[in-house]
Amino acid sequence: MGHTLLQKVWDRHTVRTLPSGQTQIFIGLHLVHEVTSPQAFDALRARGWTVARLDRTFATVDHIIPTRERTRPFLDLMAEEMIAALERNCRDFGVRLAGLDDDRQGIVHVIGAELGLTQPAMTIACGDSHTSTHGAFGAIAFGVGTSQVRDVLASQCLALEPMKVRRIRVTGTLPPGVYAKDVILTIIHRLGVGGGVGYAYEYAGDAVARMSMDERMTVCNMSIEGGARVGYVNPDETTFKYLEGRPFAPSGQAFARAVAWWRSMASDPDARYDDDVEVRAAELTPVVTWGVNPGQSVPVTGRVPGPNGAGGDGRAIADALGYMGLRGGEPIAGTKVDVAFIGSCTNSRLSDLREAARIVRGRRVAPHVTALVVPGSASVKRAAEREGLDEVFRAAGFEWRSAGCSMCLGMNPDKLQGSQVCASSSNRNFKGRQGSPTGRTLLMSPAMVAAAAVAGEVTDVRSMLA
Amino acid sequence: MKITRIEGTALPMRGDDIDTDRIMPARYLRAVTFEGLERYLFEDERAGSAAGDRAGAVHPFDNPAYRGASILLVNRNFGCGSSREHAPQALQRGGIRAIVGESFSEIFFGNSLMIGLPCVTASPGDISELMAQVERRPDVRLSVDLEAGTCETAGVRCAIALPGHARDALVGGTWDTTGMLLARYDEVGLVASRLPYVAGF
Repeated sequence: MGHTLLQKVWDRHTVRTLPSGQTQIFIGLHLVHEVTSPQAFDALRARGWTVARLDRTFATVDHIIPTRERTRPFLDLMAEEMIAALERNCRDFGVRLAGLDDDRQGIVHVIGAELGLTQPAMTIACGDSHTSTHGAFGAIAFGVGTSQVRDVLASQCLALEPMKVRRIRVTGTLPPGVYAKDVILTIIHRLGVGGGVGYAYEYAGDAVARMSMDERMTVCNMSIEGGARVGYVNPDETTFKYLEGRPFAPSGQAFARAVAWWRSMASDPDARYDDDVEVRAAELTPVVTWGVNPGQSVPVTGRVPGPNGAGGDGRAIADALGYMGLRGGEPIAGTKVDVAFIGSCTNSRLSDLREAARIVRGRRVAPHVTALVVPGSASVKRAAEREGLDEVFRAAGFEWRSAGCSMCLGMNPDKLQGSQVCASSSNRNFKGRQGSPTGRTLLMSPAMVAAAAVAGEVTDVRSMLA
Repeated sequence: MKITRIEGTALPMRGDDIDTDRIMPARYLRAVTFEGLERYLFEDERAGSAAGDRAGAVHPFDNPAYRGASILLVNRNFGCGSSREHAPQALQRGGIRAIVGESFSEIFFGNSLMIGLPCVTASPGDISELMAQVERRPDVRLSVDLEAGTCETAGVRCAIALPGHARDALVGGTWDTTGMLLARYDEVGLVASRLPYVAGF
């Protein structure tokens, strides 16, 4: 009987069984950012501990930083204090930091891949639930809280419980205008926002095999929105090709040896899964969320469910409709939007910006819409500018910002105001998520956000694809 | 510290999929400590907020009848979303010593365990009964016994579940993991040295 990648990685990283019955797992890469780390560093200080493995630790700034005016000190004093705290912590403990002025700075889940820090068959932890993104490389990557950040800093280990594995095979060919974002939103809708609790999701099937690394990252990123702390894709030629030549990837002879090891760590063909699900790509459509969790979505051609519809939880639907200001039975297309946000660790990579720019080129943002593009990293921003994408967006009326988490969670000045409705390429439509306690989020692919920005309302992007 | 039994009044917080953005809005993550976070629990839906004033019902966290509660009663998939430990930190700092619910998000469960806040599950029927009882009589006292695996109140006694490792960690007082992880650090070095990406390909 073969093994899954999860089992192989788990076994190779097991230190011992702890007295609590949990497994002590070695963490191969610890990514650190400004929001979930200050209390952890303070805990180390209080006990006189050092960072166990500086060679396995890397920090950047992303959550709270402004994306427009970046002169220090920031006008936002709290942001200044948090960035200064991370800079001080990294200096005191010797942690590598891609700070605000570093050309490697960006959203932690974008730069890990770009720099080649993220590699197959690693264990990766970060104080952020979207750490599952790195699973696109065949890493076992998951989000942790601040006490666990402290544990990893101090011991390079975590106390963990085993996970089950659900394989999700996406088979067939995605129709035009249907993106990786639509795949994962559909999976979450079908399996539920709590459906993945206790599982790692292994994404497989020919549609996933044909996906680029950017697309695989989009899918793995939102595993947590389906309740799965871990999501991964087995490493293959696409993975290896992406990694070759990256700053922290092995090079020369070592790269060939690395590929051989990475290949050996992929799930065996006869591996046993705890559950197996198939999603047929040809049946998928562009998807839009209408509610207050990422499972509450409909095809763009569909209608918002009513509280008395079949199979739903009437009270939850009524509550979501009330918050969103939508009426059950209305078509989702045509819903007016006030803001269009292209960014976040889900969809802010170069290929996302290219797809959005394809829609925007030669068109104008609707007069009532505020539209912004926030590239996922300084490197994505430079690459997009080399291709002239910034000019495409600016000419259409988008703002072109610097890298950060921005309006995905509104910890910086990029927030919704009042009850604004935002077409967003991010990952969460929770109440208040985008910085206004009454703000409303419609999740969709970056191309769909671009279409909504232009039309001023939710629109089927396929009508704009020439 | 060993945590075996939690006793006190309860606070019912109804609803499935209550996410950590609702429990602790992101703007309160703008701080370098966890101190004082309890003041902002569920802030955007409580009295004085736009949504709270529209809600037409008193938010459980505003209800004076539940003041001083140490046991939180919840439904399904509580604590989903963001990994922010600020959510369980705030609940604990607000006096919550145990959470009894139908199910929990994994990261929230783990974060709570790390700070000695037990999240135990009970059947939907039992949760419903417990909530109804507490809503009728907010002064009723509950007792959550991790060793016996029961939750008891006047007239209701139900089974609660907790994964074995979590129960052992809480009951045995080993839920503060860092010491355990550092205890045999030489073994960590050994495992690392056998990983090609650490040792060098």
